[in-house]
Amino acid sequence: MLAFIVRRAFQALLVMIVVALIAFTLFRFVGDPINQMVGIETSAEDRAALREQLGLDAPVLVQFARFIWGAMHFDFGASYQFKQPVIDLFAERFPATMELSFVSALFSLVFGIPMGVYTALHRNSWLSGFLLTVSLAGISLPTFLIGILLIFLFAVTLGWLPSFGRGDTVAIGFWTTGLLTISGLKALVLPSVTLGLFQMALIMRLVRSEMIEVLRADYIKFARARGLPDRIVNFHHALKNTLVPVMTIAGLQLGSIIAFAIITETVFQWPGMGLLFLRAVQNADIPIMSAYLLLVAFIFVVINLVVDLLYVVVDPRIRIDMRSAVMR
Amino acid sequence: MSVEPVRGFGFSAQRRWFADLLDSDIVYSFWQSKVTVVAALVTLIIVLGAALAPWVAPHDPFDLKTLSLLDSHLPPVWQKGGDARFLLGTDDQGRDILSTILYGSRLSLAVGLMSVAFAAALGIALGLIAGYAGGAVDTLIMRAADVQLTFPAILIALLIDGTAHALFGQYTTDSVTIWVLVLAIGLSFWVQYARTVRGMTFVEKNKDYVLAAHLIGIRPSLILARHILPNVIGPVLVIVTINLALAIILEATLSFLGVGLPPTQPSLGTMIRIGNNFLFAGEWWIAIFPGFTLAALALSVNLLGDWLRDALNPKLR
Repeated sequence: MLAFIVRRAFQALLVMIVVALIAFTLFRFVGDPINQMVGIETSAEDRAALREQLGLDAPVLVQFARFIWGAMHFDFGASYQFKQPVIDLFAERFPATMELSFVSALFSLVFGIPMGVYTALHRNSWLSGFLLTVSLAGISLPTFLIGILLIFLFAVTLGWLPSFGRGDTVAIGFWTTGLLTISGLKALVLPSVTLGLFQMALIMRLVRSEMIEVLRADYIKFARARGLPDRIVNFHHALKNTLVPVMTIAGLQLGSIIAFAIITETVFQWPGMGLLFLRAVQNADIPIMSAYLLLVAFIFVVINLVVDLLYVVVDPRIRIDMRSAVMR
Repeated sequence: MSVEPVRGFGFSAQRRWFADLLDSDIVYSFWQSKVTVVAALVTLIIVLGAALAPWVAPHDPFDLKTLSLLDSHLPPVWQKGGDARFLLGTDDQGRDILSTILYGSRLSLAVGLMSVAFAAALGIALGLIAGYAGGAVDTLIMRAADVQLTFPAILIALLIDGTAHALFGQYTTDSVTIWVLVLAIGLSFWVQYARTVRGMTFVEKNKDYVLAAHLIGIRPSLILARHILPNVIGPVLVIVTINLALAIILEATLSFLGVGLPPTQPSLGTMIRIGNNFLFAGEWWIAIFPGFTLAALALSVNLLGDWLRDALNPKLR
């Protein structure tokens, strides 16, 4: 077990180093940082002085070490377009993205799992057919199109919900939350549905196929033969085993929800990190891009690691497989 | 004289091949699945419309001479204020929506096909090399693939796109933009091909025919291209179909986000982006019709891919 954790953590570290190398290459070599900071009139001597002051004339390896050291202390340099430290810009927008991502993840689980269970248990009902068709659309339709359709229906035509922004927010320490005001909650509905719909469809299909497979297993047949009621067999015996792989996928999906928030935040003008990143891509604001890459990579790697470890804790069968894998 | 029978034989063999194809399991399973037939029909209509756009489109949206701002913001024919010349209405520059959709699908399909071709070529080449060479080369390529697989394609494509913008700066012209898009989308999709091909190459390279080819002194590059490649290409075709839908959606997403094709060369995504600005004014047709086309195209190609995967999988028969 310990060997597995160490190995897994080492892999995670390796991924982070590779990503840091890419982020550094972007930061340092794509576009000249000096040119971005000064005007056309700045003389060559002033430029050289600034270069020395910023340490851009040091050997590349030293610069890379400084870059990593800075990143570990949340120093990602200053944005070209905002002329502010990148970390301040991120801190301001971090709560917005996190609230949106978690509410969408919650939405996709709360609706996806029961829908998956229902379609697995009642495979021939018309409602199952309907849900499966909807889920296919949820997987095939691009996120931004779903967002536009929802805006058109609920904001423009019916006028029920706002189509942009976060509504009123309340500040708790450094964290601003829209979960405590009515306008904040209303503003959260359309973006989180847009963002969560794809994940919901995915989770529903996954639960359905896993559940169908589990229901065929011998121990389910025996449980039925023992005369246990359907409710107990379905929910105590079958669902529990179905949820193990679902948990993994759901964990990994949380990472991609944060990445896909870029699209949703743009459609709904949600003041989060995704919108900031997109502006950076449009304006070639490299410090923001490389910092975002590092941050997202870090979140992904941590989620991956946690999911892998949880998997071992939850499912004893894997522990045995793994022991043999480590010994090899 | 001696050529004649050979040619005749070739012709009848071709014919027999065609008859065999019509009689095969795959064609049978195609006609059995109604959804697939409909999906194929929808795909065919959109592809034909896109390919023949210059001949079937009622207007040329790129011909500035024929555009008139007086015709802008017209609703579809069946709504009040519609104009019989513009079946699905016009956009903010007076371009006919139907014609722009036809030309837009052309660009969407072209970018989608080119980026999938690029991704497949790169992935297959790297997969073959990794699988055949093994050792350090294999580790290097597959670790790179692992790292990339941690990130969603959209993020990779955005990063490559942003980097290209920073590198080329203001010099980015419309024609360069298309290639940047193809590069960005292609590079975000190669991993799947590489993994599949590498796994199969690993199995194939120890088979007798490869060892024999090696023994008689054929160069490794030739063994890979002539002997191993034909044996690993089957599953790649399935990935290509499913990836095509993803690539079309990714291009539309990038264009919608404003980092893809410019408004002067509107793809379906760009049109939706333009239309999104007028949605609140109640001018829904500018965004909704291209959106519907995109959805129909992506869904149909996806369904075709699903069917192909099941049809080529002998386990499911």
